[in-house]
Amino acid sequence: MGFPHKPHPKETVVLSQYFGDADARSYAGWVQRGGYEALKKSLAMTPVAVQDIVKASGLRGRGGAGFPTGLKWSFMPKERTRTHYLCCNADESEPGTFKDREIMRWTPHALIEGCAIAQHAIQAEICYIYIRGEFTEPLRIMEKAIAEAYQNGVLGANAMGSGKRIDQFIHRGAGAYICGEETALMNSIEGKRGNPRIRPPFPAAAGVFGLPTTINNVETLAAVPHIINRGADWYKSLYLSNPKSTGTKLISVSGHVQRPGNYEITMGFPLKDLIYDLCGGVKPGRTLKACIPGGSSVPILNKEESESCILDYEGTVAKGTMLGSGGAIVFDDTTDMVYQVMRLAKFYAHESCAQCTQCREGTAWTVRILQRILAGEGTIQDLDLLLDLADQMTGKTICVLSDSCAAPVVTGIKKFRGEFEAYIKGARKPVMATV
Amino acid sequence: MTMHDTKPYEPVFTPERRAGLEELLKRYPTKRAALLPALWMVQEARGWISDTAMTEVAEVLGLTPAYVKGVVTFYTMYHLHPVGKNFVQVCTTTPCNICGAENVVKALLQHTGCGELGATSPDGKWTVIEVECLGACGFATPIMVNDDFIESVTPEKVLEIVRKYS
Ligand SMILES: Cc1cc2nc3c(=O)[nH]c(=O)nc-3n(C[C@H](O)[C@H](O)[C@H](O)COP(=O)(O)O)c2cc1C
Ligand code: SF4
Ligand code: FES
Repeated sequence: MGFPHKPHPKETVVLSQYFGDADARSYAGWVQRGGYEALKKSLAMTPVAVQDIVKASGLRGRGGAGFPTGLKWSFMPKERTRTHYLCCNADESEPGTFKDREIMRWTPHALIEGCAIAQHAIQAEICYIYIRGEFTEPLRIMEKAIAEAYQNGVLGANAMGSGKRIDQFIHRGAGAYICGEETALMNSIEGKRGNPRIRPPFPAAAGVFGLPTTINNVETLAAVPHIINRGADWYKSLYLSNPKSTGTKLISVSGHVQRPGNYEITMGFPLKDLIYDLCGGVKPGRTLKACIPGGSSVPILNKEESESCILDYEGTVAKGTMLGSGGAIVFDDTTDMVYQVMRLAKFYAHESCAQCTQCREGTAWTVRILQRILAGEGTIQDLDLLLDLADQMTGKTICVLSDSCAAPVVTGIKKFRGEFEAYIKGARKPVMATV
Repeated sequence: MTMHDTKPYEPVFTPERRAGLEELLKRYPTKRAALLPALWMVQEARGWISDTAMTEVAEVLGLTPAYVKGVVTFYTMYHLHPVGKNFVQVCTTTPCNICGAENVVKALLQHTGCGELGATSPDGKWTVIEVECLGACGFATPIMVNDDFIESVTPEKVLEIVRKYS
């Protein structure tokens, strides 16, 4: 549902059904709502059978990359000769994204159940749920729910009477966007600085503590119980545009809309309907200017592109952007795009782990040039310099944080060049002090 | 920059806290993995993490003080010096920025008497900092006062919040 708003008739409410329903938070409340049936069912199946259902459902990772979940699970060793791990990525730090928070706040047992099913499917006794340090409320709620799950025998040495051990532990982050990147997350669990690792080796071969590991996002894992309960065919049938993008997706909408919130849509839903119908459009008297549909790391769409964009993996790519983590940031005509592009670049400069030169220097330099322009001291060559720099920052680093900084800069200049030029030519009053 | 304690150092890891840490160690195959949780224990107990505390954590977990310092300084939520009684974090990243987050910051600096970002108010009660996305962008502007997460803060609501915590 469009939490904190009521469900809109055009939504497909699956994951968000109990958002706002505090009774669903307790173990008893969750069981009353059909909770843990899917886990029971899964434990009676072989791990491969569970993987196959998830593969057939078409579920793809909701953390950003959209990688097929069942396929990812099948990369884990078939024979468990060493400890296997599951890491649940609850770092949710991508600007514009706030869906995992709501899943944990309202339906903590949905996540525990999803993790437990995944653990069975990949034969991982231990799951670490990595929650960002700022999420104090979700942390408390998840801790309580996990304790209840242990008390009721869902977790522990004999999980649901299956004779199998399933453990889940929370690992609290301490403020670092980069720890959402899967290899940085593993380093952070190991008690290290959150620097991304060079791949290969891939996590399924050598992940956390050097052992086979799968990392999945909160929303991905929370969808799994529904797939087990209602079947792969049901999930597969949930699409409006392209059968390669199935299921529902929580889209976090922020910025200049009348009703920001988390909306659950069927894959293939038009972005236009999301903005205008579900979110009530922009404020009266204003018009849509731009939208970043998938969290701050993806390219910016202008008005026309936004109004014709289909929300699924392929539909967003067709518009030159990405679905990412599903955080739609909406900008109306009052927005200073130059300032906001600078603000985005500043985010990446602040969050760079500083391992790669292109990223460490490139993000900082990008911010300085943009601030120079905003101070009315830019030159027309600065725009080429920014684009050149962005080129140097793309596809050349250990992780894609560097690319993420380049994306809004490139699309910002390309689509809103006039605004940059206005500062440079003195047609617009400087908004920053000399830097 | 890191700081030393001013008073004689009392160990954080009393037998009681040590027992809590032992419980945590069971969750991980290495002692090092308990570093972030151990640092959280220090910060909860002392409000910040001094060099001496880092040395103590290093001893408890069999690490070197330099290693611990390297990790502490990577993560922005660990305080390297004492902060005001009420530590306020305000999100000013793009989605909140376009909804007026910078005005919330101004109101906070004014009503808490901090004057500038990162400085502690003369009465020692407040420190305000800007932070990047708090993962609640649809509830602009979210702020954190210590461990309390407050959503949809506007400049008009700031005075009431400041009064509540003062
Ligand atoms: C810089 C960076 C930050 C990321 N942050 C997150 C995050 O906060 N949460 C998340 O689930 N995935 C994040 N990811 C994606 C993860 O690396 C990983 O692909 C994902 O957790 C896998 O889960 P999924 O297959 O279920 O999507 C991030 C990636 C990068 C490069
Ligand atoms: S691209 Fe940036 S964040 Fe990623 S590893 Fe390199 S320096 Fe670190
Ligand atoms: S941008 Fe402010 S909470 Fe995300």
